[in-house]
Amino acid sequence: MSKKEIIILQLYPRDMNIYGDFGNTLTLKQRLSWQGYEPIVVDYNPGDSFPENVDIIVGGGGQDSGQTKIQDDLLTIGNHLKELAEKNTPMLMVCGLYQMFGRFFKTADDITIEGIGLLDIETYAKSERLIGNIITTSKEFGSIIGYENHSGQTFLGKGVTALASVRIGAGNNTKDATEGARYKNVIGTYLHGSLLPKNPAIADHLIKIAVINKYGQFEGMPINDSFALHARSVASTRPR
Amino acid sequence: MSKLYVTLLGKSVRRIARLRGNGSALPGLFVEHIDPNFIRDILSKLPQGVIVISGTNGKTTTAKMVVELLESQGLTVFTNRTGSNFTRGVAAALLADVDLRGKLHADIAVLELDEAHATHFVYAIQPKYSLILNVLRDQLDRFGEIDYTTNLLRTIVEQTTTAVVLNREDRRIADLAKDTRGAEVHYFGLDESLLRVFPSDDNLRGETPKPRAQVPADVTLDSFSDNRASFTLGTTHMEVSLKLNGIYNVYNAAAALAVVRSVLKDTIDIPKLTKALENVTPAFGRGESFTIEQQKLELILVKNPSGFRLGLQSFLSPGVATMIAINDNYADGRDMSWLWDVDFRSLAKEGVSQVSGVRGYDMALRLQYDDVSVDNVETKIGKALKRFISNNSDKPMRIYCTYTAMLEIRRALRKSTYVEHIA
Repeated sequence: MSKKEIIILQLYPRDMNIYGDFGNTLTLKQRLSWQGYEPIVVDYNPGDSFPENVDIIVGGGGQDSGQTKIQDDLLTIGNHLKELAEKNTPMLMVCGLYQMFGRFFKTADDITIEGIGLLDIETYAKSERLIGNIITTSKEFGSIIGYENHSGQTFLGKGVTALASVRIGAGNNTKDATEGARYKNVIGTYLHGSLLPKNPAIADHLIKIAVINKYGQFEGMPINDSFALHARSVASTRPR
Repeated sequence: MSKLYVTLLGKSVRRIARLRGNGSALPGLFVEHIDPNFIRDILSKLPQGVIVISGTNGKTTTAKMVVELLESQGLTVFTNRTGSNFTRGVAAALLADVDLRGKLHADIAVLELDEAHATHFVYAIQPKYSLILNVLRDQLDRFGEIDYTTNLLRTIVEQTTTAVVLNREDRRIADLAKDTRGAEVHYFGLDESLLRVFPSDDNLRGETPKPRAQVPADVTLDSFSDNRASFTLGTTHMEVSLKLNGIYNVYNAAAALAVVRSVLKDTIDIPKLTKALENVTPAFGRGESFTIEQQKLELILVKNPSGFRLGLQSFLSPGVATMIAINDNYADGRDMSWLWDVDFRSLAKEGVSQVSGVRGYDMALRLQYDDVSVDNVETKIGKALKRFISNNSDKPMRIYCTYTAMLEIRRALRKSTYVEHIA
């Protein structure tokens, strides 16, 4: 019997790939294949036609110039992404695309950049850059360990829940100690590091949902995560 | 205070600092404090002015090349050789070289400046020439983003008075041409056939390098294999065999040639230039070699994705044992994300014998996801190095390391008596 395929869509890998975002795609791909599935990675860049079947969507951060390049295109596929979210498609959006999945981003010059509004969040440009190692805690995933580097500050609306609460670092903003946002199976976060290799619980959560959505049940084999465990314990002792 | 006293006092502080084993910044800080114009007064009297070299990768080796190439042409060159590439480091280096009247016996200064500090420097002292190498994803936790770093480099270009030399193949750097204020623009570049060998960060995922050959370059790197390289300087063709390791150093040689050409124009003595280029050795830690019990051990400094990728490409060879040491101290960069932008699959066949450094487990985790086997992880570098050497004493060895990991490795190697330093 041929292996069961899972399609991972990378959103804008050409323009939004800063800070090792590829690590998230690679982690999903490798864990799927170690668990006995057949991962297929598909890139989506501005102007491409959106693939018909997609099981997991990942997206990352970019520089300001990258963000400008993809903004119009993102708005044209916004409704489709929302439909997929309503159908419980798992998604992970880091930093820049996390912000643009929200309702808007307000720049330092008070210009409002429209987001796709999939997540009920608002982001405001601030002069202070929030940089450093960050550790957060989530009921579902335990400690989430990563690195943040952003000057936009995000505030959550009623339509989302926080991914985690901040133990060390800044998170969404300097006010409320929340980090990231969740809506259905969509996760938005500021954490790089990359996020998924050092937080395999989140990777496996996304994988499990994708497999169950498509095949009804998940029969993954266990993976040796000892390097990840060691890396997590070292990371949690490092200065910010 | 008179120049004589400032210089005398500064020189004394320098001597004391050296006796105590301190770094080069203290005497510089001292002089800067009592005479903020110290550097400007001295450097502004140089007949050929100042060359500033900046960019994120390869400054130290390139500056060393530029110095040696200019010296081959009979110029007396002042440089901040200590690798302390901040204003204070420049002041400290000047203190060592000026006479008591504060006069520097040199024709020209070649200064390697960190992009963040270069801006401060060029407002005080306008360089006659600047060489801007590249802007690669580097230490982003210090400066934020590539676009921001580009803006810092733009300031250098704006303040340069005579000629600006830019990397034609780095889109962000080449675009700085429009920001000159009266200075000429020269480029160094690659032959089209080499573009795919030097992917920029923009080509990491998807974008194929586009030739920028429509803009003519003053100097191009046309081909290289092993240590042989050929360059075109204007209409002159140069064939050289280099002592430098790594293709990034070979491309930096094109950068060095281009800035030397913009200083000397048609008066260049090509045979002397070629000889000098052939004799350049890598700067501290940039592709150094040691001999241990008849085996070669190479140290390769890696500090960002492009550098690491090029390092892996340049040094591909079967039968070599590999160690990787990754620290995350301030000078290395605290963010480990960059490891995920390096493709390690070329190591999959041979595997990695030893992984080390504070973030050794981050590295091991990265290798796991590229299906590269790891024999051992030991975060303590001294211990790991011993283990690596004793397990691989029958073959050549290679260590990829971040900056502070490299310092630890050199210290450990110096202690062992069986090590011979060859380059």
